Amino acid sequence: MIAVEQLRVSVGTFELCDVGFSLPAGSYGVLMGRTGSGKTTLLEAICGLRRVSGGRVLLGGRDVTDWPPSRRNIGFVPQDAALFAHLKVREQLAFALEVRGWETKAMRDRVEEVAEWLGITGLLGREVTGLSGGEAQRVALGRALAFRPEVLCLDEPLSALDQDTRESMCELLESVQARTGVTVLHITHNRAEAERLADWVLTMKEGRLETRGGA
Amino acid sequence: MRRTGADSAPLSGGDRGFYAALGLLGGVYVFLVAAMLVADMAYTTPGHLLASLKSPEIRYAMRLSLLSCTLTTLLSLWVAVPLGYLLARRNFPGKQLVDLMVDIPIVLPPLVVGLSLLILFQTAPGRALGELFPVTYAIPSVILAQFMVACAFAVRTMRTTFDQMNPRAEQVALTLGCDRAQAFWRVAFPAARRGMLAAATLAWARSLGEFGPILIFSGATRFKTEVLSTTVFLELSVGNLEAAVAVSLLMVITAVVALVVLRRWAHETALGHPRST
Repeated sequence: MIAVEQLRVSVGTFELCDVGFSLPAGSYGVLMGRTGSGKTTLLEAICGLRRVSGGRVLLGGRDVTDWPPSRRNIGFVPQDAALFAHLKVREQLAFALEVRGWETKAMRDRVEEVAEWLGITGLLGREVTGLSGGEAQRVALGRALAFRPEVLCLDEPLSALDQDTRESMCELLESVQARTGVTVLHITHNRAEAERLADWVLTMKEGRLETRGGA
Repeated sequence: MRRTGADSAPLSGGDRGFYAALGLLGGVYVFLVAAMLVADMAYTTPGHLLASLKSPEIRYAMRLSLLSCTLTTLLSLWVAVPLGYLLARRNFPGKQLVDLMVDIPIVLPPLVVGLSLLILFQTAPGRALGELFPVTYAIPSVILAQFMVACAFAVRTMRTTFDQMNPRAEQVALTLGCDRAQAFWRVAFPAARRGMLAAATLAWARSLGEFGPILIFSGATRFKTEVLSTTVFLELSVGNLEAAVAVSLLMVITAVVALVVLRRWAHETALGHPRST
């Protein structure tokens, strides 16, 4: 479950004002709005990457407003994938597990399991240089899912993809959510994408949440 | 495939003219550098070079140059990586002042750096330190004099490196379970290796050419604080122009060999080839 109550975040002259919503556990929320409306700022605040000046963020019923990002158990996929340039695909997927001190065999099994879901088993030995946009997003998704997060935050993960790749990524996101039951908050500009994926659609305008409702 | 930024598109007549103009403007400088080296080579003979290499004073100066430049480079990186990262990623009180202070050794005349170091070690704390651990007119003064200038260039290089790196990857690392230190060591530090190579090269080359602060702060004592740049000065001051030119050429050869070795080592360890997305 993701809940945000009267959240205020200031970034320079821009401000998120009294943003509040609640996504039930296991649901798929899509956050829409124009460029500059504060979608990414809200997502970053939920992930713990922005200082919050008022209000609360609750994940799974716990108040995490003052928790560091590392404790929030959120898988984050940014728009540009932001893969780690010096690591191979296998190492990207194992990153969070290694930080958590998983044993080698458990780590290897989990990486292979996630890679199989995402159809990137053939890429495990590859450097990230030369991955296509769709492949890079799958790797970023795998890196975010490997440690079994309760929440997945996706910042326009499909915006740079061509129509066919976008379609297959949508199918993948649906199957990942069905399999893991993770609560998803997904930013997009694409209405068709929102209609296809969303249980809940949230719309932002100039730092305020304008509408919310079931899809 | 590694991206080089080189343009391989076919050229039109106008494009050729444009590149020719660029080549002409840049070529004047490259020609001047080459002409200087050719003039040096024409002035000296293999005999002079060999004599320089056999001279115990010059061999000592060369050993001290190589040792002090390498130590200075390591010390500069030791400071430049954390300071560059801090300046690029955090806002803190007095940041602008720190930024300004880092530039001071770059804008000050090298002689003034040497003079200021000499005065610093004449103060009570400086003298107390000198009694415990001799610095002035000893080998540590050579390293300190080189470090004061080289480190400023290394910090600038590392600051630019981290400024140009998108912090997003480090933010992702935080959500994946890292604290700030882990995000630095696991993500930012490996991604900055090309910048570190550039900073190391710059610091090393700058140290090899350092002369003013060493002359003032370390003196020019043979078999003690003499480095190759000091040798050129000492030979010139006694009118031995042939030896001065021979040592100058030795410095060029030493620098080229060291930089080629550094780059080859970096290439073999993939240090200079970040796998970028």
